[in-house]
Amino acid sequence: MTNKGETVSPDDKLDLSGVLCPINFVKTKLKLEEMEVGQVLEVILDDGEPMKNVPRSVKAEGHKIIGVEKLTDETYKILIRKETD
Amino acid sequence: MEGLKEQLRKESKKAKLDFNELKSGGFIKQTQKDLFTVRLRCPGGKVNAEQMRKAGEIADKFGRGEIHISVRQSIEVPYVSYKDFDAVAESLREIGWAVSSCGPRLRVPTACAGCTYNPNGLTDTQGICAEVDKRYFGIETRHHKFKTSFSGCPIDCFRTREMDLGFQGVLEPKLIEDECNGCELCVKACDEGALKMDGELPVRDWDKCIHCGDCVKVCPVDAMVSNRIGWLARVGGKHGKHPYFSYEIANFLTDDQVYVLIEKTMSWYQENAVGRERIGAAIERLGLERYMNDVVDPLGLEAIRDQKDRRKYYAKGNFYDK
Ligand code: SF4
Ligand code: SF4
Ligand code: SF4
Repeated sequence: MTNKGETVSPDDKLDLSGVLCPINFVKTKLKLEEMEVGQVLEVILDDGEPMKNVPRSVKAEGHKIIGVEKLTDETYKILIRKETD
Repeated sequence: MEGLKEQLRKESKKAKLDFNELKSGGFIKQTQKDLFTVRLRCPGGKVNAEQMRKAGEIADKFGRGEIHISVRQSIEVPYVSYKDFDAVAESLREIGWAVSSCGPRLRVPTACAGCTYNPNGLTDTQGICAEVDKRYFGIETRHHKFKTSFSGCPIDCFRTREMDLGFQGVLEPKLIEDECNGCELCVKACDEGALKMDGELPVRDWDKCIHCGDCVKVCPVDAMVSNRIGWLARVGGKHGKHPYFSYEIANFLTDDQVYVLIEKTMSWYQENAVGRERIGAAIERLGLERYMNDVVDPLGLEAIRDQKDRRKYYAKGNFYDK
């Protein structure tokens, strides 16, 4: 379920398991603000609402999701590449 | 009611009122003697700062400094004496504004923010609402009120299911298989459970899809895209003492088809309803097929069908087949 062929090592990580919407997105956004364009952030998200909402909001902010991986039945890892300042 | 009109007619002569100001019904009688609520015309709940100031000015000068926001997005100024109607109308004219309506007319349409700034919005609800207001506001129905509303997506904040005619934004998603990387985000984004992975690709159960566009909004590589966007049309809903859920009658209407449907439906209502029945009651009495045959089918609008190609309507909370 990862992106075809992409093996990227993240520049930063954020574990948002157990963090509710929309705090999880706000934390993601703040972290991305500290990073440089082109860097990759790894985020751990709960399945359900967080997986429904955070990726969409990240896309709407103009960043790119370059990987999605299922970790456990309840958590996912997504890789976000910062695209704009 | 007649007594009130008569009294107003006499009083309006005394106070040199233009009775035409009253006809549109934007002045609504209060329980208190001589006092009225002035309903201002705010299609889609949109007003500019100048209008906001004007509403405040009228409330200070002619009312009690109070404003009420109606459930249909109108700004209302309560406690205005009928003696001040002319002055209020004149004051509104200064900025090209006017009162709204009540009674057996096509009412000011309501609308959400839609695609212009609501993240869920698919259609330009404000744009079409302003146009519908311009074209059809105040048309007499000969029977009862006629309410229209516009929602930008299937969340339907503007309750198009409870309107005489309601229009809701819809998006038809399409998968470009070669672009898809199988990340499954679209499956997770779909609240309806319409998407499932079949090997590496998402497949859609069209009977479950409500055309919300969430799968398109989430797809990180633009493999899930919008094939087209349009309006879902609903007819015959109302709230009040005996609420009705509307019938879903056609899908993916263009703006122009929305205008024609409003025109034809209004004529049908004028000609076929009896007494003070709402259009939903007229459809109930005459049968939905009759309305479909008279209005919807001749316009060539796209019927809503299930996968067995049967026409399908959503009404009173239940799907049923026809
Ligand atoms: S109907 Fe949709 S677009 Fe309109 S306000 Fe509600 S969520 Fe937003
Ligand atoms: S448009 Fe909405 S309901 Fe239809 S498949 Fe996409 S997310 Fe699901
Ligand atoms: S979100 Fe896009 S890339 Fe991911 S599975 Fe769905 S269509 Fe494919």
